[in-house]
Amino acid sequence: MVIQQAEVQQAVSRPRGRWWTFAGRRVRRLLISLWVLVTASFLMIQLVPGDPVRAALGTNAPPDLVASRRAQLGLDDPLLEQYLRYLGNLFTGDLGESILTQLPVADTIVQRLLGTLSLAVPAFLLTFAIAIPVGVAMAVATRRGRRRRAELSFVGTSIVLSSIPEFVVSVALVAVVAVNLGILPAAGRDGIGSFVLPVLALSIGPAAVMSRIVRVEMLAVLDADYVRTARSKRLSSLRINLRHALPNAVTATLTLSGIMFAAMVAGTVLVENVFAWPGLGSTIVSSIRSRDYPLVQGSVLVYGAIALLANTLVDVAVAALDPRSTIGDS
Amino acid sequence: MSRLDFEDVTVRYGHHTVLDRVSLTVPEGQIMGLVGESGSGKSTLARAAVGLAPLDGGRILLDGQPVRHRGRRRPIQMVFQDPFSSLDPRMSIGRSIAEALPDRLGRGPRAAEIARLVQLVHLDPDRAADAPSRLSGGQRQRVAIARALAGRPSVVLADEITSALDVSVQGAILNLVREMQRETGLTVLFISHNLAVVRYVATHVAVMAGGRIVEQGPTADVFANPASAYTRELLASIPGPA
Amino acid sequence: MRRHWPQVLRTPVGIVGIALLTILLLLAVLAPLLWGDRATATDTGDILSGPSSQHWAGTDDLGRDIFFRTLVATRLSIVLTLLATALGVGLGLLLGLAPLLLPRRLGRIMVAFLNVLLGFPSLLMVLFLAVILGVSTSSAVLAIGVAIASPFARLVHTLGAGIAERDYVAAARISGVNPVRVIVRHVLPNVAEPLVVNATVTASSVLLAFGGLSFLGIGVQPPQYDWGRLMQDGLGSIYTNPLAALLPGIAFVVTGLAFNLTGEAAAGTFGAKSRSRSRWTSPAAPVTVRPSGSGDEEHARVADVLDVRDLHVSFPGPEGPISPVRGVSLTLRTGEAVGVVGESGSGKSMTALAVAQLLEEPGRVTAERLTFCETDLQAGARSDHDALLGTSLAVVFQDPMSSLNPVMRIGSQLVEAARRHQGLTRQEASDRAVDRLRAVHLADPERRARQHPHEFSGGMRQRTMIAMGLMGTPRLIVADEPTTALDMTVQRQVLDLLQETRRDHGTAILLISHDVSVVSSVCDRVLVMYAGRIVEDLPSADLRTKARHPYTRALIGAVPDMATDLDAPLTTIPGQPVDPRNVPDGCAYAARCPLATERCRQDDPVLVADAIGSVACWHADVALDVRIEEEAR
Repeated sequence: MVIQQAEVQQAVSRPRGRWWTFAGRRVRRLLISLWVLVTASFLMIQLVPGDPVRAALGTNAPPDLVASRRAQLGLDDPLLEQYLRYLGNLFTGDLGESILTQLPVADTIVQRLLGTLSLAVPAFLLTFAIAIPVGVAMAVATRRGRRRRAELSFVGTSIVLSSIPEFVVSVALVAVVAVNLGILPAAGRDGIGSFVLPVLALSIGPAAVMSRIVRVEMLAVLDADYVRTARSKRLSSLRINLRHALPNAVTATLTLSGIMFAAMVAGTVLVENVFAWPGLGSTIVSSIRSRDYPLVQGSVLVYGAIALLANTLVDVAVAALDPRSTIGDS
Repeated sequence: MSRLDFEDVTVRYGHHTVLDRVSLTVPEGQIMGLVGESGSGKSTLARAAVGLAPLDGGRILLDGQPVRHRGRRRPIQMVFQDPFSSLDPRMSIGRSIAEALPDRLGRGPRAAEIARLVQLVHLDPDRAADAPSRLSGGQRQRVAIARALAGRPSVVLADEITSALDVSVQGAILNLVREMQRETGLTVLFISHNLAVVRYVATHVAVMAGGRIVEQGPTADVFANPASAYTRELLASIPGPA
Repeated sequence: MRRHWPQVLRTPVGIVGIALLTILLLLAVLAPLLWGDRATATDTGDILSGPSSQHWAGTDDLGRDIFFRTLVATRLSIVLTLLATALGVGLGLLLGLAPLLLPRRLGRIMVAFLNVLLGFPSLLMVLFLAVILGVSTSSAVLAIGVAIASPFARLVHTLGAGIAERDYVAAARISGVNPVRVIVRHVLPNVAEPLVVNATVTASSVLLAFGGLSFLGIGVQPPQYDWGRLMQDGLGSIYTNPLAALLPGIAFVVTGLAFNLTGEAAAGTFGAKSRSRSRWTSPAAPVTVRPSGSGDEEHARVADVLDVRDLHVSFPGPEGPISPVRGVSLTLRTGEAVGVVGESGSGKSMTALAVAQLLEEPGRVTAERLTFCETDLQAGARSDHDALLGTSLAVVFQDPMSSLNPVMRIGSQLVEAARRHQGLTRQEASDRAVDRLRAVHLADPERRARQHPHEFSGGMRQRTMIAMGLMGTPRLIVADEPTTALDMTVQRQVLDLLQETRRDHGTAILLISHDVSVVSSVCDRVLVMYAGRIVEDLPSADLRTKARHPYTRALIGAVPDMATDLDAPLTTIPGQPVDPRNVPDGCAYAARCPLATERCRQDDPVLVADAIGSVACWHADVALDVRIEEEAR
């Protein structure tokens, strides 16, 4: 057994700290992305065509009011000075003031963000609560060309559902459930019932897409050699499906959940608009329309940061859960 | 033909040293076998010679001159392991071969040259218009050899060219390699993990392990009296009748 | 790519998709011409009314007909979608291919930059750009185009980099083809299919993004109108006339479906094409049942571990079943090692899977007899034999990298069968697992049991598979190419371990391999398979001297060993292996056989047993004579 020595060394040489290396790299990318985001949101006001303050206050606003607001926002200072001040303020949580209301942007955003997250988080959980069982069940039921009809109707339904944009789902839900049946409120945040329709509108499409992905992943895993090994041990099919196949299928699916969560948070922009939901989405839209740039700037920053954080967290968490060596590749 | 010299060739991928100051001479007009296990660096050595792996040290000389990796004329050609990845699925085999011709030829002479090359590897010249998907693994490897020869190389590197083939086809390809080398006098570096195959085709052999050459010399000598312990271990591992 | 489009039309999904797209395009062209006036005609006497016979979907706040407005809006919605998609796809192609052409470091920076961009949801990018570019239709097109460019570029880059690693690209580079031409000639055509599919699906998300912007009032500006704008207008009157908002919504769904269905169908067709290579999909020859092999019916002795008689494996094909295994009979005694050799497609792996009862639907296994440890495996339900097979039959597969579950610890994978079939407690089972890992010569088995497969080398994983079998009392190990993926020195160790297992536990071994020398180093007997049949059965010691079937002899002569004559060419086998979908009459090997006569092409030879072994060849005696002559020379 002298020869085995070399073999053992080869296998052991994979460092235990691999996850840390990966996490470190991922955090570095997060920091770079955050910097890009901050700089982009800073430049946004500079890049807006014409005078942003004049645009916000309207052409009839008195010139001295415009001038004083410009001074207040520091728009007349050198660019670098503005940039450094912007960065400095960020670290103290100061996102400036709204041009229109003159309220601190940070306060408005914090308040509205809770409204948005109270939709996005339940929708995210609901999506997985639907997608994983449905996807797994469909994979097990239809693998290897069994139950062609069930497979076709599942895929068909899922394509149809995922083709419906969330704002159309929202409008349809309002029309049918709230207006026609009159059982749930059509708009506003008022009690637990008012959450049902917006959360449903946000999660139907993603759940359809996700369950299809879960099914495809699960089908691939069920054909993997290690599942055949499990079958060679003559384990119960429940154990093979749930203990051997499911974790492998779900890890692959979870990788996508960061992007999905980010998209879902962004998707609230449209849904909040339909349901007149007091969230960040309706804030960003109204501030774009009213050209309240500091508010737009702050909202973009927060949305972007949420998306980036969600992605990073999911990647690092999946890497920690998944003992495979492949994590280093991303 | 030509002599290929590797002088202190070092290649690193990140912190991992794949080739560690490898010096090797492929003698002129001979087939030299290069054996070793996976990860020993034998493929990287070939890829370095054709410019697919950048050098981190040392040099590669063809007849005493540094090998160039620019322009249409490339004196070193390579045949790869996987017959299913070595031909563009969307090109007829004739076009694949034509692409490697170093000179621009008219339609007629080009067709003639392709036909000559296809026949050289014992395929029907009418098949030049076929897509690779209509060819078996062995036939694809023949086309890959024809393509390598189309560049009028003085050195051909063959990287595990039979290991993805069925046993029944392997013999035919090995016969072809020997025949081709005898007819053209090409210098060949024949990479394989299979010692018996190397013994059959190569007059010289080098043994690689861990990015270094551990032993080299005439095949008969090395296999009869291996100097290094590693070569002895490899020879002892050859499966034979129990 | 063009070749495949008609196939898109052959699936119902594709037909629906393409039909919808055609209707939409026609509408986009014709609707403004036919109904442009009716869509803009105001009727102040009839504003915000519900559906009526004059206005099928009611009217808006200026009394304009919503039904016709929806139809007319098709053009703007679709034109803008296509414009933004084209912009995004074009930009994506540039950004995605550039890293393949740029110097390595610059390319890497660009890919990193793309990755950063990808972190942001596209809706956010669109909003951001809409702010900078100002609120207008053209800036919305620009914003959406730019926003979809980065995911598309990422896809282009991933696919392109995959192709760029192919050997044919390396070959083109080695022969001096310039890099731009390599991209145009080799990379682009080979990534075109998935890109077209993706662009179609992207178009549907562009449609929605645009609709979303207009819906929010920051896309198309009045007096222009698209479906998103119409929905926003209709939302205000949702209590009085829900159709005003729902009708444009339906238009969205139909258009989105048209793009998605077309994309799905195209993906399915393209995908199916590459898949079909590895599956049994086309016409089959009828299964010819023939008398089973070596005659005597009293073959099944008590000591037989495995007794298989006339085993057939078939898969459904579009034109009848395809049979990769056509009547295989074999017997293994306790402690006997039998090898099966043959080319790929000869049915040897299928035989192994069928024997191990691991062949899944839609594969069908039938046999006159299939007995393992005196138990008829064909009797009763499959699960009736779980305990027997789970403890007495072990398998080792070819690919050590994928045959262990990557997310489970080695120990857990070892104990589960013992807990289920042998009723061991958790502690007993894990003690045994450590003991078995030690038995297969893994150093530090306690620690190894707690590790995951990725911490093991290939050889260690194959040992683990054997250890898994040793958790019970294995009577038979079915090993399908167990050392093909391993280095030579590691192969030696794994083969030695198999021998050791056989010696210590009296385990029989069924070893499948393409490598005659591997088989003859381990096995007592060798079965040679061709076209789903055993054509010769002989002691492995006699393989090189007494083989009589021309195929066996060619197989041996084609592979050099350390004693091969260096001056003679290797034996070659002309022609191709038999396609199981199209097995010829007579001897399946006749077309490639130098000894074939008219009789061979008409009558199927039967496996006949004699003193040396069994052989299925009409010229078995001649073959041996030729061999002796050759040796005499």
